[in-house]
Amino acid sequence: MKYVAPSSVEEAASLLSSSPSAQVFAGATDVVPQIRAGRPAPDVLVDLKKIKELVALNSDGDKWTVGAATPTAYLTEDEAFSHEFPGLSEAAGLIGSDQIQNRSSLGGNLCNASPAADSVPAMVVNGVRAVVAGPNGTRVLDVSEVVTGPGQTALDDDEFIVEFEIDKMPSRSGDAYLRMIPRTEMDIAVVGAGARVTLADDGSIEQAVLALGAVAPTVVRIPDAEQALVGSTADEETLNAVAAAASEACDPIDDKRGTVEYRKQVAGVLAKRAVVIAIERAEQRNGTN
Amino acid sequence: MAITEENPGYKWVGTRPIRPDGLEKVTGKARFGADLVLPGMLYGKVVRSPHAHARIVSIDTSAAESMEGVKAVITGADFPDLAANGAHPSDIDVANNAIARDKVLYEGHVVAAVAAITREQAEAAAKAVAVTYEVLPHVLTVDEAMADNAPLLHEAMITKGVDPAPEEPSNIASKILHERGDLDQGFGEADAVVEREFTTKPVHQGYIEPHAAVADANSDGRAHIWCSSQGHFQMRAYTATVLGVSPGTLKVTAAEIGGGFGGKTVIYLEPLAVRLSQRAGRPVKLVMDRDEVFRATGPTSGTRIKVKMGVSKDGKITAAEVWMAYEAGAYAGSPVGAAGMTAIACYDIPNFVVEGYDVVCNKPRVAAYRAPGAPMAAFAVESVLDELARNIEMDPIDIRLANAAVEGTQASYGPKFPRIGFVETLEAIKEHPNYTAELGPNQGRGVAAGFWFNAGMMSSATVHVNENGTATVVTGSPDIGGSRQSMALMAAEELGIPYESIKPVVADTETVGFNDVTGGSRVTLATGAAVVDACRLIVEDLRGRAAKTWDVEVDQVEWVDGQAQHVDGAQPPLSLNDLAAKSGRTGGPISANASLNSRGVGAGFSTQLCDVEVDPETGVTRVVRYLTAQDAGRAISPDYVEGQMQGGVVQGIGWALNEEYIHDTEGVMENPSFLDYRMPVASDLPMIDCAIVEVPNPAHPYGVRGVGEVGIVPPMAAVGNAIHDAVDVRMTELPMSPIKVLEALNENDG
Ligand SMILES: Cc1cc2nc3c(=O)[nH]c(=O)nc-3n(C[C@H](O)[C@H](O)[C@H](O)COP(=O)(O)OP(=O)(O)OC[C@H]3O[C@@H](n4cnc5c(N)ncnc54)[C@H](O)[C@@H]3O)c2cc1C
Repeated sequence: MKYVAPSSVEEAASLLSSSPSAQVFAGATDVVPQIRAGRPAPDVLVDLKKIKELVALNSDGDKWTVGAATPTAYLTEDEAFSHEFPGLSEAAGLIGSDQIQNRSSLGGNLCNASPAADSVPAMVVNGVRAVVAGPNGTRVLDVSEVVTGPGQTALDDDEFIVEFEIDKMPSRSGDAYLRMIPRTEMDIAVVGAGARVTLADDGSIEQAVLALGAVAPTVVRIPDAEQALVGSTADEETLNAVAAAASEACDPIDDKRGTVEYRKQVAGVLAKRAVVIAIERAEQRNGTN
Repeated sequence: MAITEENPGYKWVGTRPIRPDGLEKVTGKARFGADLVLPGMLYGKVVRSPHAHARIVSIDTSAAESMEGVKAVITGADFPDLAANGAHPSDIDVANNAIARDKVLYEGHVVAAVAAITREQAEAAAKAVAVTYEVLPHVLTVDEAMADNAPLLHEAMITKGVDPAPEEPSNIASKILHERGDLDQGFGEADAVVEREFTTKPVHQGYIEPHAAVADANSDGRAHIWCSSQGHFQMRAYTATVLGVSPGTLKVTAAEIGGGFGGKTVIYLEPLAVRLSQRAGRPVKLVMDRDEVFRATGPTSGTRIKVKMGVSKDGKITAAEVWMAYEAGAYAGSPVGAAGMTAIACYDIPNFVVEGYDVVCNKPRVAAYRAPGAPMAAFAVESVLDELARNIEMDPIDIRLANAAVEGTQASYGPKFPRIGFVETLEAIKEHPNYTAELGPNQGRGVAAGFWFNAGMMSSATVHVNENGTATVVTGSPDIGGSRQSMALMAAEELGIPYESIKPVVADTETVGFNDVTGGSRVTLATGAAVVDACRLIVEDLRGRAAKTWDVEVDQVEWVDGQAQHVDGAQPPLSLNDLAAKSGRTGGPISANASLNSRGVGAGFSTQLCDVEVDPETGVTRVVRYLTAQDAGRAISPDYVEGQMQGGVVQGIGWALNEEYIHDTEGVMENPSFLDYRMPVASDLPMIDCAIVEVPNPAHPYGVRGVGEVGIVPPMAAVGNAIHDAVDVRMTELPMSPIKVLEALNENDG
C-alpha cells in the first residue's frame, strides 16, 4: 500500500485516474479502522488533507463553502457557522469524540455511505450541494443524490468531492438534528432525524424538510410529514401526524443495534422533536439575520 | 463522609498521598503485558474456532509451517493428554480451555497457535492452518442447555450434588441447595407475596488491557514468563499443569496490569507462549486483539433466576424461595455457588430455600468478575424486595433495616456473622442529602443492597530496611486496585517512617514467598497483614539492636515515631536511619519475611441509592445521581477505596443498562468490540458519591475488610428500582436497554 499526498485537485484527479484501485481519504477515521478490521487495503491511499481548498470553511454573500476534507470540528467551533446552522453544526459535533472530530470530515462521513452517518440528514434538510471533481472537470450533485446504498455512492472511481456549498440560511428559518444512541457519545445512531423549517410572517410554517438516518439503506425524506407541516403551526395534532409519517417512512432492519419496531417508533419521536426545535430556532431568527 | 467507630490517631493510614505507581503510568513508562520486547523475540498468533460446537476432525499445519518466517506451529497434540494421565477434572478443563483437543466448545476456542518473525507473517500463517470440523448442534442459554434432549457438551457429565446421582448425563454440572425453616409456614404468615422471574446476559469485565504474555524457554526445560495477570503464582501453577511440568521450572514476572476485575485470574496465552518458545528456540510474544478478548475470555454468567418472597405488614420477611440457573460457558464452574450463598445473605430470614444449577453451554468459559455470582442474584432479590416494600407502603431503607443481618445473625449460608456494618450503610444512605433530594419529571429513585464475603487466603511479604533508613516492601500480589499504596501506608504506620521513604514492590515468583491471586478483595486484608507482620518483626529486631547498643534489656526499649527510645529517656533515641547505618555492627542486614494463611475475613456490605431519568418516548435511561455507602472496615487509602466503590458502581450501571453478549443463531458473537459492547462512557455518568462506612474488622490489625467487589452487587437492582419509581415499569431482564424499557412502557400503555 502506497501513501500519496497531492497538493492540488488536479494532481489528485490524475492520481485517481492513473491507479484504478486508488482511494481518497480525509480524516481516515473510517478508512483505517476498516483496513484494520480486515477490509482489503487499496494499492494507493490518496490523502486529501494537503490540498488547501479542501480544508477550509468560508462564507461569501450567498453561501458557505466547506472543503470536503475539513475537520468537522471547524463546523462546531466557527461561531458564525454554528449560529446560522445549529442543526448541521450539532450533527457534526456528534461524530465520535473531540479526537475524532479533529480528523473526521463531511466528505468522509457522506462517502463512507453508512446509513447512520450523522451529518447526512442534517446536510440533506439544508439542501447542501457537493462539488465533485473528476477527470473531465467538476459537476455538482445534491447531497441527497450522492449515496445510493450502504457503502455505495454515485461517484465514479476516479471522482471525489472537493467541497460542499450551503446556501445561507434565510430569515425565519431554523434547522435541527437529533439522534438516538443508548449511550451519550462514542456510538452509532440507532435513529437520526434532521429538520429544517421556514416560517411565514403569520408564524405558520411555509416550508419544511425532514430527513431520517439509520432507518433505511439511505437517508429518507418524509414528504407526508413535510406536507402536513406546511401551512400549520405545528400543533399537537400535526406533530402526531409528523411522527406517524416518520415511522411510516422508515424501512429499517433488525440488528444488534436496534429492532425494526424500536427504530420506527423512535423515528417518529425524534422527527417531532427536531421539528419543534427547528421552529424555535426559526422564531429566533426573526429577519435580523 | 465516614463513620468511624474510634479514631486511633493514625499518622499515615487513612491519608491520601500521591500513588507510588502514578508517575510511571502518566508518563507512559509503566510496562504492561504487551510492552516487553526481547532480543530475537517472535510474534505469535492464535487460531480460533469459528464454530460454537464442533468435533475437530483434523488439523493440517503443513502449509503454515512452510510459510516465510514461521518458526513454530502447535496444536492440542503438542500438550500432554491430562485426561489420559488421570488428572483432576478441573485441571483437564483448564488444559482443554487453553487449547482444544477433540472438540471445540465455543466460538473463539483455541485450536492452534503459530510463531513467526513478524506479526504479519504470524497472522498469515494462522490463516493457513487448515482445520476440518464436524459441526455439532449447540446450546447458548441455560434454557437451551437444560432442555430435554439438549445436545451435550460433555458426554459424560453427571450432575453433582443430587442424591441419588442421575444416571443420564446432562449439561447440568452441579446443583446447590440451602434451606432453613418451613417455606409453607413462612408464606402462610406473609401479608404480601411477590414472585418474579429474571434473566441476565453474560457481561465482560471490560478491562482496558488485552491479555498478553511473553515466554522465553531454555533448552534445560526451564522457562520465564512475563504476563499481565492478577496472580503470577496462579499463572505458574496453571501453566505448569497444562504443560505437565513442575511449577518450579517456571518463573513468572508480573507486568503492570491494565485492569482485571477477576478476569485475569485464569490462563489463556501462557502455556501456548511457552510451548511455541520451546519449539522455536526463541522468545515468543502473544497478545490478544479486543475481539479475541471478548470471544474467548472472561465473561460472567448469563442467568435465569426466580424469586418468591413474602413479608408481614411490619416489613419482616417471612419466607424466601430462590431458584437460579447460571451459565458456566464451556466448562463446569459458574459462580452459582457463591450466588446461592450471597443471594439473601443481607437479611435474617427464618424460612428459605435457595436452589441453584451450574449449567454448561457453548459460550466462552466464565471467569471471575467482581463478587462473582452475587450481582445477578441481588438484581432479582432486591427487585422483589422493592416491590414488597411498595406493596406494604414501607420505606425501602426501613424494610431493609427491619431484616438486616447484624452481629450474631446466622448467615443464610451457615456461619454466625461477627461484627458487620450493614445497618451502618443503610443509615448512611438515609442520612445523606441525596436521600431527600427533589426529583424532576420522569425521574425516580431506587435503593438496593448487597453482600460479599471477601476472601483471606495465603500471602507473603518481605521488608528490607535500606542503609539510609528507607524501606522496601516486597509482596507477590499484583496491584490492580492500589495495593502498593495501601502496603506502603501500613508499613509507614508500623515503622514510623514517612510514606515517601517506603518503596512498595511486586516481585516475581522466585523472589518472594507464595501469594494467592489478587482477588476476593483480599490483598489489603491478607497481604497487608503479612506486611504488618514483617514490619513488626523488623521493629522487634530494631529494638534488640538498640538494646544491644545501649547494653540494656529489650524491654527497656520502645519503638516510637520511627525511633528506638529508652523507656526512661536514659539514652538519646536511635532513629531507623541511625540503626540502618550501623547494621553491619549490630547483626547484619535488617530484613524480615512473613507468610500467613489469612486471619479473619471481614464481610462487606454496600447499600446504594440511584436516581434516574427515563425518556418515556425513547426508553433511554440516564443516571442523574448516585450514592454508594460501603463498609470498608478501615479505609487505609481512602482515594483507592472510593475508586473501588465508584468502579464497582459504574460497571454495575453498564451491566444494568446496556452491556450484553449478543450471539447470532450459529453461536457467533456479534458485538466483540467496544463500539457495540456498550460499556458506559464518562459522559454517561454523574459523579458517583461515596459514603465510606468504617466498622472495623476485629480480626485485622487495622480493621480492614476489603472493598473491591461488593460495590458491583447492588447497582442493577438500584437502577431497576429507580426506573420503576420513575415510569412504573418493573424491569426483569438485563440489560434494561432503551428497547426493552420502551417495550415495557408500550405494554403499560396498551
Ligand atoms: C471512534 C469513532 C467514532 C465514530 N463516531 C461516529 C458518529 O458518532 N457518527 C458518525 O456519523 N460517524 C462516526 N464515526 C465514523 C467516521 O468518523 C465518520 O464517518 C467521519 O465523518 C469520516 O470522515 P473521515 O474524513 O475520517 O473519512 P475517511 O475515513 O477519510 O473516509 C471515509 C470514506 O469516504 C471516502 N472519502 C473521504 N473523503 C472523500 C471525498 N472528499 N470524496 C470522495 N470520497 C471521500 C473515503 O474513500 C472512504 O471511503 C466514528 C468513527 C470512529 C473511529
